[in-house]
Amino acid sequence: MKIVVLIKQVPDTTEVKLDPRTGTLIREGVPSIINPEDKNALEEALKLKEQMGAQVIVLSMGPPQAEDALREALAMGADEAILLTDRAFAGADTWATATTLGLALKKIGDFDLVLAGRQAIDGDTAQVGPQVAEYLKIPQITYVRELVVEDGKVRAKRAIEDGYEEIEAKLPALLTITKEANTPRYPHAGAIMNAYRERKVTFWGVKDVDANPEQVGLQGSPTQVKRSFSPPPKEPGQIIKSGPAEAAKELVAILRQKNII
Amino acid sequence: MDFTFPKEYELLRRMIREFAEKEVAPLAEEIDRDERVPFEIIKKAAKLGLMGVPFPQKYGGAGAGEIGYCILMEEMNKVCGSTATIIGAHTGIGAMAIYLDGTEEQKQKYLVPLARGEKIAAFALTEPNAGSDAAAIQTRAIRDGNYFILNGSKLWITNGDIADVISVLAVTDPALGARGGVTAFIVEKDFPGFKVGRREEKMGIRGSPTAELFFEDCRVPAENVLGQFGAGFLTFMKTLDVGRISLAAGCLGAAQQALKMSMEFAKSRYQFGAPIAAKQAIQWMIADMAIEIEALRSLVYRTAWMMDSGNMGREFSTMAAMCKVFGSEVACRAADMAVQIHGGMGYMKKYPIERMYRDVRITRIFEGTNEIQREIIARNLFRNIGLRLR
Repeated sequence: MKIVVLIKQVPDTTEVKLDPRTGTLIREGVPSIINPEDKNALEEALKLKEQMGAQVIVLSMGPPQAEDALREALAMGADEAILLTDRAFAGADTWATATTLGLALKKIGDFDLVLAGRQAIDGDTAQVGPQVAEYLKIPQITYVRELVVEDGKVRAKRAIEDGYEEIEAKLPALLTITKEANTPRYPHAGAIMNAYRERKVTFWGVKDVDANPEQVGLQGSPTQVKRSFSPPPKEPGQIIKSGPAEAAKELVAILRQKNII
Repeated sequence: MDFTFPKEYELLRRMIREFAEKEVAPLAEEIDRDERVPFEIIKKAAKLGLMGVPFPQKYGGAGAGEIGYCILMEEMNKVCGSTATIIGAHTGIGAMAIYLDGTEEQKQKYLVPLARGEKIAAFALTEPNAGSDAAAIQTRAIRDGNYFILNGSKLWITNGDIADVISVLAVTDPALGARGGVTAFIVEKDFPGFKVGRREEKMGIRGSPTAELFFEDCRVPAENVLGQFGAGFLTFMKTLDVGRISLAAGCLGAAQQALKMSMEFAKSRYQFGAPIAAKQAIQWMIADMAIEIEALRSLVYRTAWMMDSGNMGREFSTMAAMCKVFGSEVACRAADMAVQIHGGMGYMKKYPIERMYRDVRITRIFEGTNEIQREIIARNLFRNIGLRLR
């Protein structure tokens, strides 16, 4: 079985602090990590590899420094790592990103399963996985927290608001994995050393995936960002300190004044 | 010149930090309170290659060298002095002696399972009458055919009662003393005549087991002589040189944690209508801690780099002693200032700074007291200008 895991390198948003004066993000010194739910996707792939034998390929698109995310994936146990990096890929929205990943998947060929994280902690769109499946015209199951592969099919429990659905799809299929699925393993210390000293990351550019430059990057992106801004800070709350009866009256008066009731 | 860590070390540090914060930190208070050896942590650490970080992969290690091992000790000691001490006695000195001076057969037989964490090591030098005066040891080893018969006892041995393999120093020729009359041995816990005594109750690092060892006609095969016959003192001193770097790396971790906790506390603790961080008295303590931490970091990693570069001569030995003195004193000063900044809260058991204050105190004493280290440093310096002091 051949499993391709899509991963993205993101800033560790838990380490991001706000500048108290400007309210903007302090990006300096924020480490880059594998997007957490992509790690859950990788863990599912590694579990399948241990259970039934599989070749696990990690695929990412990003700037050259995204190589570090792929080396971490190699340290965790992935067999191969491919980084799509090219100036022409830059500025891509989710559509152009999915197109680029789709082209790379076609080049990799005869995969049985594509796993991706549910969504990335920087963009939070949850679009790329489904778009890749649409591009490749293969079945997709999103929000997966449990999966079984047998007889050329995958059966998955898919989280919905008030429970879960159990869905079966023919392989090849694409699944997006949620953090509830598993706890990603720590890489072995020796594997970390080898990931940098002995293992290889393959770099692919526009020509390697036979992309038309108009399909990818900024040019291939129907979405254009017009402006980024921080939401205005919330006004401080108001505490009514009088006794219960008084407070209720005051509260009602304020709510009336604001036309809320 | 380049002072940055190669990427593999950055990832190693991130993995170890996550492991320490998620798997070790939540247990640290209980490990200390109940004087409990955290076997479950040792087992998990072993699975990740953390019981043999410095050793080459062909000997079951992670192949991360002394630099990688210092990263482990730094991160682990931020959260749990007891766990760091167990790993330190196991990897940093117990197994390290076999790595430095063992034969290929000894490395295959003993170092491989130790580096994989399948077995635990200890390092037995100190005796009731031989602490700082290490050459005054009285444990005797007398040859009997293909065996040596050991008699005597060792005191305050970290991991003593949980170790499977112990590096032991014994006198083989009293007339020759430390220069030629002392030999190192690899002793297995199941060798006849080997016994462990009671576990000591300590002020700090209470989850790391400390025990007395007894050798009563203990039969050790001659092939378990570690290093050259008669040169055991050198093997042990060389091993301690190496152990002193990682000990200082642990101190670096403790000091950083003390600074971090102090800064967080000084930011959130309000007195006279402002955070106490606004007080100059607090700022000076914070600045002093930060200065010493950065100086210590440079000293520790430069010395670790010397070892990884194969430079283990007298200059290395001097540097290692400096690491030990400076590291332990920086950690103790930082813990002391952190308690002071925390005020009454720093004295309470429910804050981790109280535990750290007790845990770091031993670092000025064990693995060669700071007084002895200063003698080593001064003697080595005088030797460089042609004066030999004894």
